Amino acid sequence: MAENTEDSKNTEPIRLDPTFKYEVMKEHDGETLKVCFQCGTCTSSCPTARFSDSYRPRTILRMAQLGIRRKVLSSPTLWLCTACFTCTDRCPQDVEVASVLRVLRNLAIKEGQTPRIYSELASNIYETGYAYKIPEQRLRKRHEIGLPPLPKSTLDKVDKLIELVGGSKLVKSKEV
Amino acid sequence: MSQLRYLFFLGCTIPYRVSSYEVAARKVFSKLGIELVEMPDFNCCGLPVDPASHEMMVALAARNLCLAEQQGLNIITLCTGCATTLRKVNKMLKQDKGLRIQINEYLKPIDMEFQGTVEAKHFVQAFKEDLGFDKIKETIQVPLAGLRVAEHCGCHLLRPSKVMGYDDPEEPSALKGLIELTGAKCLDYADEAECCGYTVIAIDEKVALQLTREKLNHVKAAGAQALVTVCPSCHLMFDMQQSRIERMFSEKLGLPVLHYPQLLGLAMGFTPDELAFDELRVNPSKILDAVGGL
Repeated sequence: MAENTEDSKNTEPIRLDPTFKYEVMKEHDGETLKVCFQCGTCTSSCPTARFSDSYRPRTILRMAQLGIRRKVLSSPTLWLCTACFTCTDRCPQDVEVASVLRVLRNLAIKEGQTPRIYSELASNIYETGYAYKIPEQRLRKRHEIGLPPLPKSTLDKVDKLIELVGGSKLVKSKEV
Repeated sequence: MSQLRYLFFLGCTIPYRVSSYEVAARKVFSKLGIELVEMPDFNCCGLPVDPASHEMMVALAARNLCLAEQQGLNIITLCTGCATTLRKVNKMLKQDKGLRIQINEYLKPIDMEFQGTVEAKHFVQAFKEDLGFDKIKETIQVPLAGLRVAEHCGCHLLRPSKVMGYDDPEEPSALKGLIELTGAKCLDYADEAECCGYTVIAIDEKVALQLTREKLNHVKAAGAQALVTVCPSCHLMFDMQQSRIERMFSEKLGLPVLHYPQLLGLAMGFTPDELAFDELRVNPSKILDAVGGL
């Protein structure tokens, strides 16, 4: 078909990185990637897969096993996991599917593929201790409706901790 | 019986957008004899940044757990995301000695050390395991007989099951049991365990809202007069996003979404005003009329 010819012209050769799976497997819960036998229970249980044409956890795990590194880490669908953990709970092989996908997202971020929402969330935590910037108006409203004042984190301690674990790379004000 | 005391972990989403949940929860916890000790120095549980940095999530959660250890109190949460995160990291650090050493290295410069002496629970788990359903039954003054509702547990109330472990995620019974204590009937509906979509709304709004929409339709098809939630994020999707879904898909839903403490509070005899019903986006007056007319 004409469409296929067009596709094959535009398709770059796939580079395989046979060390990629070891990179994934050395992370916490990433080691379970090796026992995935591709039954598809994850994809058939996945809420996102029902409404997305492209997000398929089984496919992502297979690509990771095969070492299709660049395509996995640059894929926008990697971010569509809701972290509901249904796949993990149902996996007959005890693959920590949701956690393997988290390992892949963490690796994608290390390669500079950070969706804006995550640098926003990390920056908010760095600046306020909370994942969201809570407007003054809400703080006043708490008082009006009889709620106690909102606690305030000891920010220097929270920020020091974030810096120590390397989280400041995600923080916008820390970008170089 | 000695009074139950917990350190109250509020999380970020509730003070940001869902204070009705906190107002109602504080009222009913007090009636149940549960003492909430404020947690003045907490930070985000860590869950929102897990997709970006697992290490940062673990460290943020560990700091909260250390604060609880310093107070010698177990944590109670209203948010399922906070509960699953604090439980997961608590379990990881208790079981994995190598990880504990590594995280304690990070915590040392801020004068903290994880010791593994406390527990963290979502209130549904605490009600089931620590308080007991009989104790709740004693507080019911206005049974909501005739009211038909449906429950949405939210994924993180039950999963991952290795971390949560107190209820069956495929056939959950704790929240249903809690709802039926109020006298309301809790109806079954299709795909009850499905996700609300909240975690991907910033990435792909359409996928997220289709998930929300499908659940709302299933709940309506079952004949429920309201949906009951126990998580601020799920509540935002079903209540706050409902009018957007109606516009986007050109359909009328009009399904009130209550926080469980609001439902329980009504059955305890609190007024809708006391339970912050006026903060709900989807007008709950149909429910209140049904309850008032009982």
